[in-house]
Amino acid sequence: MIRFLLRRLLTMAVTLLIISALVFFIIKLPPGDFLSNQIALLREQGDADAAAKAEFLIRQYGLDKPAWQQYLVWLGVMPGPNGFSGLLQGDWGWSFEFDRPVFEVVGDALWLTILVNLGAVVFIHVVAIPIAIYSATRQYSVGDYIATFFGYIGLATPSFLLALILLYYLNRWFGVSIGGLYDAQYAGEPWTWPKIRSLLSHLIVPTVVIGLAGTAAMIRRMRANLLDELGKQYYVTAKAKGLNPRKALLKYPFRMSLNPFIADIGNLLPHLISGSVLVSLVLSLPTVGPILLSALKSQDQFLAGFILMFVAVLTVVGMLVSDLLLAWLDPRIRMGGAG
Amino acid sequence: MEAPLLSIRQLTVDFNTDTGDFRAVDGLTFEIPKGKTVALVGESGSGKSVTAQAILQILPKKAHIAGGSIHFNDPAQNPAVDIAGLGAESSAMHALRGGRIAMIFQEPMTSLSPLHTIGDQISEALLIHADVSPAEARARTVEVLARVGFPDPKRALTTYPFELSGGLRQRAMIAMALITRPALLIADEPTTALDVTTQAQILDLIRELQAETGMSVLLITHDLGVVANVADEVIVMYRGRVMEAGSREEIFRKAEHPYLKALMRAVPRFAMEEDERLTPIREVKSATLARAHSPERVQPAGPILKAENLTKCFTLRSGWFSGKTRTIHAVNGVSLALPTGKTLGLVGESGCGKTTVSKIIMRATRPDTGRVLFDDGTGPKDVHDLQGNALTAYRHSVQFIFQDPFSSLNPRMTVYEILTEPLRIHNIGSSDERYHRAKQLLDMVGLDQRSMRRYPHSFSGGQRQRLGIARALALEPRVLLCDEPVSALDVSVQAQVLNLLKDLQSALGLSYLFVSHNLAVVDYIADTIAVMCRGYIVEEAPKSSLFRNPVHPYTQALLAAVPDPDIDRPLDFAKLRTGRFSDPAAWPEPFRLRHGEAGIMKEIEPGHRVRLGGQQAREAA
Repeated sequence: MIRFLLRRLLTMAVTLLIISALVFFIIKLPPGDFLSNQIALLREQGDADAAAKAEFLIRQYGLDKPAWQQYLVWLGVMPGPNGFSGLLQGDWGWSFEFDRPVFEVVGDALWLTILVNLGAVVFIHVVAIPIAIYSATRQYSVGDYIATFFGYIGLATPSFLLALILLYYLNRWFGVSIGGLYDAQYAGEPWTWPKIRSLLSHLIVPTVVIGLAGTAAMIRRMRANLLDELGKQYYVTAKAKGLNPRKALLKYPFRMSLNPFIADIGNLLPHLISGSVLVSLVLSLPTVGPILLSALKSQDQFLAGFILMFVAVLTVVGMLVSDLLLAWLDPRIRMGGAG
Repeated sequence: MEAPLLSIRQLTVDFNTDTGDFRAVDGLTFEIPKGKTVALVGESGSGKSVTAQAILQILPKKAHIAGGSIHFNDPAQNPAVDIAGLGAESSAMHALRGGRIAMIFQEPMTSLSPLHTIGDQISEALLIHADVSPAEARARTVEVLARVGFPDPKRALTTYPFELSGGLRQRAMIAMALITRPALLIADEPTTALDVTTQAQILDLIRELQAETGMSVLLITHDLGVVANVADEVIVMYRGRVMEAGSREEIFRKAEHPYLKALMRAVPRFAMEEDERLTPIREVKSATLARAHSPERVQPAGPILKAENLTKCFTLRSGWFSGKTRTIHAVNGVSLALPTGKTLGLVGESGCGKTTVSKIIMRATRPDTGRVLFDDGTGPKDVHDLQGNALTAYRHSVQFIFQDPFSSLNPRMTVYEILTEPLRIHNIGSSDERYHRAKQLLDMVGLDQRSMRRYPHSFSGGQRQRLGIARALALEPRVLLCDEPVSALDVSVQAQVLNLLKDLQSALGLSYLFVSHNLAVVDYIADTIAVMCRGYIVEEAPKSSLFRNPVHPYTQALLAAVPDPDIDRPLDFAKLRTGRFSDPAAWPEPFRLRHGEAGIMKEIEPGHRVRLGGQQAREAA
């Protein structure tokens, strides 16, 4: 077990290293960078002071060096202008666009992102699983068809459109402003109870909107998996034992059908983050999605690089968690070999 | 006379399907007396299993009991109840199901949940039906596991089904059914998926438990051999109706109904005459086979296919979290020779290495040592060194027939595409010629030429296996490797396919390597038989001499364990009970093989060779 964990941690580290290199060089691929673009713009406007400051920053962050050196400095394995100071040392770099450290720019956004997306994940499971069980056990019934129908609508509706519609009607009918994650008055305030309450009430709509497409897909897949398992012999055995149908269903086929979803946890998080960018923009949620978008547009390299690395870490850790969960849930994987 | 435990009157079960209603059980009437075993016999689709499901009210959703009654006269609770009148999910039915009537199934692997321990699944049955504490349930589970023959019942509580052998899994199923002390045990093909020696042990166990508890058994099977050995009464079903019913004596001594007689003639037996042919229930005529003749080819001087000293080891990793590995010697110095135009039968129980041997011959896997020689008339060549044209030619000449006719045909290809695919791969003929070849092939295996545009799912199991054979014949091969070609088929079609293989051999001059666990089938089709155990060939002989004079203890055990559909030749359960036939270290001298020892093959009469242990080898030297 311990050997397995060590091996996994090592491969995770290597994976992240490779990802970091890819991320950095892909960001550097387009010609120029944020500062040199900025300098050109400022020169045209004849703002010499600002241009001088920008040139100072270029030297400060070593943007005049070759790309591979910049990468190593960013990573923290090569001394930069400030000595060893990169991701490994916990220094996430400077955002040129916002003119603040990356840490401050993404600070709250990071955990709000995790909060919103975890909310969506929980929403997806809580809504999808009972519906899927219902429609699998009553295949081709009216209820199954209704669930299927709404499932397809959920799949086919672009979530940003739904966000826009909700934004408009909720405001019109209930006078609720659902933009942002808390009421404007709390911006920059410390975390107090009213602010948390405001946050929770604002979370409902984004969770539903982001989760809806996922819910529809989950219902379809869960239903198909469960239908496969319902035909299996061990379920007949359980019923032949005299177990009541609901208990038999939850104990045997349902548990068997969970495996693919646990295996999917690793993929779920990054998918939700990249998938929710549009929704975040529409609802003006302070999550990392919109920040990433603007950072990529303006070639704000340290900011973009950090966010992409953050998503990569989430993915890799999610994979580890799902592997460990699988092994815990499924003795065949835990003990391996035959079977 | 005492009232029967279960009496079924005019039971009718209907299925509502998309293509219309279908009556699976049609006015079935029979009784199960107390403490007796009643066997329900018939081919697949005859309504045997549906009857069992109706008794437990676990019919599939599309089926319902349309009429009749099932009176269950439980000695523990009077008066008798009519099961057909109870709701499937009523509390009375829940109490009966698994409590008073228990059931075991054919496939012990899929019948147990892989995610829960044996102990959990067995004690669950007791916890549902009896008012016991979890600790008591555990104690009772250990008891019942010990009774059904688990070597270490305490440890078995926490093992998972996939850690057990097929025989132990079926024992666990029996333990699960018996822990509530039911009055009736329904066994649906309980031994069909097991090896013969394990089958004999399981049948023995069921008999013993029946004598102990006085329960009745409803045994569902298609194997007349099993019926002849354990049943008190026999009911023969066909298309949902009773064809014939009576005591075992009456049925086997004076079979009257033509269907039962036909069923008996269709099963290979040991005591068959040299030239006796099986009579399939539905004969299939091949139009062109009589006119077909083998292609003109140079014939090899020696055997067409020869294996010399093949060995193969596999390394198993024993789990995710441990780095430990285990080495399995799947094949230990196997030498075989297949003469031209003959059939070599390779017999052994599951896991003995017979499939690995056929894979090595097919070049699907390389042997660790040893070689396979193929002789197309130009002298023997090592198959694993072939390259380029010679390799293509070898692939032409050796074709494979698979066990499972359902998964070995691509469901999205038409019959025409399936049959011409080998030709397309090898770039043979124009599309016209391929079309004619496909028609000819269908003819040869006795299928209608008009089925060319149909998909595999519209054929029955036997027809699909004939399609598989037609596909294997497309390239005019010289050798067919048949890996359990009839073990997934119903008895009634088994005879059809075996006869077809025999006819094809004499018409086309084919050579067969026939791998099977069924001795009677191998006896019917093979000329020479090699018996394999734990990767060793333990005995090899022409079939007459093998069955007349089996020398090796393993061969003797295998032969003794096959139930014969002849009530004058019952199984010797006492002899089979000792049960460690497949452990080379437990064989008596001079056959004993110590760990890592290969022993020697000794010829005891012409062509009849037996493996002797190292002790003998040293004395000889």
